Amino acid sequence: MRPAGKGPLDSLYFSYPHFPARRVPELEGVKATHPVAIVGAGPIGMTAALVLARYGIRSVLIDRKDTFNDGSRAICIARPSMHILDRIGAIAPFLDKALGWRFGRSYYRGEQIFRLEMPHPPNEKYLPMYNLQQQYIEKFLHDAVGASNLIDMRWQSELSAIESRNDGVSLTVSSPAGDYRLDADYVLAADGARSPVRSMLGLRLKGDNYEGRYVIADIRMDHDFPTERRAFFEPSGNPGGTVLIHKQPDDIWRVDYQLREGENEDEVLREENIRSRVGAILADIGHTKPWELEWWSVYSANTLCLDDYRLGRVFFIGDAAHIVPIFGVRGLNNGLADADNIGWKLARVLHGEADDCLLDSYSPERRGATLDVFANATKSTRFMTPPTRGWRLAREAALSLSLKHEFPRELANPRQMQPYTYSKSPLTPYAGRDAEFAGGPLSGSAAPNARLPDGSHLLDYAGDGMTAILFCEGAPTAEQAALLTQLGKIDKRFVALPIARQGSVSDAKAIADTDGEIARLFAAETGALYLLRPDLHIAGRWKTAVPGEIVQTARICLGSERP
Amino acid sequence: MSVMPFEDLESAYETLATAIDSAGAEREALFLTRLALVLGHELGDLELFKNSIATALEGLE
Repeated sequence: MRPAGKGPLDSLYFSYPHFPARRVPELEGVKATHPVAIVGAGPIGMTAALVLARYGIRSVLIDRKDTFNDGSRAICIARPSMHILDRIGAIAPFLDKALGWRFGRSYYRGEQIFRLEMPHPPNEKYLPMYNLQQQYIEKFLHDAVGASNLIDMRWQSELSAIESRNDGVSLTVSSPAGDYRLDADYVLAADGARSPVRSMLGLRLKGDNYEGRYVIADIRMDHDFPTERRAFFEPSGNPGGTVLIHKQPDDIWRVDYQLREGENEDEVLREENIRSRVGAILADIGHTKPWELEWWSVYSANTLCLDDYRLGRVFFIGDAAHIVPIFGVRGLNNGLADADNIGWKLARVLHGEADDCLLDSYSPERRGATLDVFANATKSTRFMTPPTRGWRLAREAALSLSLKHEFPRELANPRQMQPYTYSKSPLTPYAGRDAEFAGGPLSGSAAPNARLPDGSHLLDYAGDGMTAILFCEGAPTAEQAALLTQLGKIDKRFVALPIARQGSVSDAKAIADTDGEIARLFAAETGALYLLRPDLHIAGRWKTAVPGEIVQTARICLGSERP
Repeated sequence: MSVMPFEDLESAYETLATAIDSAGAEREALFLTRLALVLGHELGDLELFKNSIATALEGLE
């Protein structure tokens, strides 16, 4: 909602473009089957199109609206999402505009009780978190979509029917330019929490709803505080409810405040009530200068998802597949990981580089990630919005003891989640090899990054297919070289990254590990091999290369061998 | 005093919250008093028990 007298797109800081409907080839009677049709041009749909385009796969992207999202909504972009944006070539405007951060503070009755510090190894290319309004996220992705000649973007194009068969999917699309049938080999449903694709196919989200409600308000103010997440428990500015404050670009601040039980939703959403509640919260944090109201909405936490993220040739990505509570900032970030996951798999299948059984791994991997978020989010949601008297008393006890004692403070940790580890995925068949390592990243987890002397980063050199990081003395041994050659034959996109110990570089293509930092990060001795998937998760790691297992893992990741 | 790992403390927190609900609003004070007595007995150390009582009383509003 916006203040009285303002239209839904009258923003204080963002100029909404207007995208016309286009006359498309289907309306001229051209019959075509597109490799992929994507329903919904939000951040997730556009990212999926860009991941496919990176592999040279064409897609048609339809959206019923004529512009970007009307409110800010998602604002936190986590480090793994930045890597996805990097690899689809869209990162530059994000780095220019977004506000990076890694700290947070929690307060109880005005006193600080918890200092959040998200790990930021000096080798990483990106900070743990960036704040950016969803409109900008969509604009920057749309600019990248516009620059690609492989993405056919169709605004004002609404899905009115869908028929999924064994050999393809037919969509009926309604647009001001006319109605037409759109045929595709595969469909990605990125059409959001109220997904029409989902309801047309008779599928339903299942899970839990939480009672506690929050008002989310974006305001503009000149307020001097670093980009940190601030959580206020029992603040005098909002008695009986928690308050969260996040900084966004353009002097926009996100103020979330919890409603008390039994408050009337229509009443609390009236503009004058929003103004007086936000005003009291700002007075409480010492902001006495003027401020302007941009946009507001109401929110309650849900943990809902589909039983299966795939139905035949239709794949559900983002909110169409799962709704997670906001407190772990995993809605947008998990959606982007969905888009990346199905994107590389589908691209390789469509190119004939992978068997279509690879697509079977999408739902277990990404639904697994959702369930992991649920487990953590349920804990943070019970802390943020205690559902019963027992939980309220336990929280008050923990928070009040936190004023003088260290031991309960960690309970106030917002659990800004780390990316999911695919350790139990069918694509991670040799996770047991982790036992050979004294440390380093586990099989299935996102690979750590390393800064190289020239300022570039190790993962900048990872390929679009499988990547082997091999720790060697000077150059790969004859045996290792034979293995790398074999991997190159299985996967035409395979990239080998030999890492040579300091002073031992004899292979021109090897990356010199001048101070031994890369080996330390990966807990790798000479001879160790890490095999990465196209999404930079670790498919497996071996202290000493076991060619049979490594080749089999690569084959499974290409669907040419069933796990 | 022993220090509980955070994961255990968190489970304890959850178990306690759920138990307060099981006791019901009318009996929660009785339940919590019984719990304190049981814990004091398990602790087996009067000084420690008195210190814990003082910690819990301090700053109570």
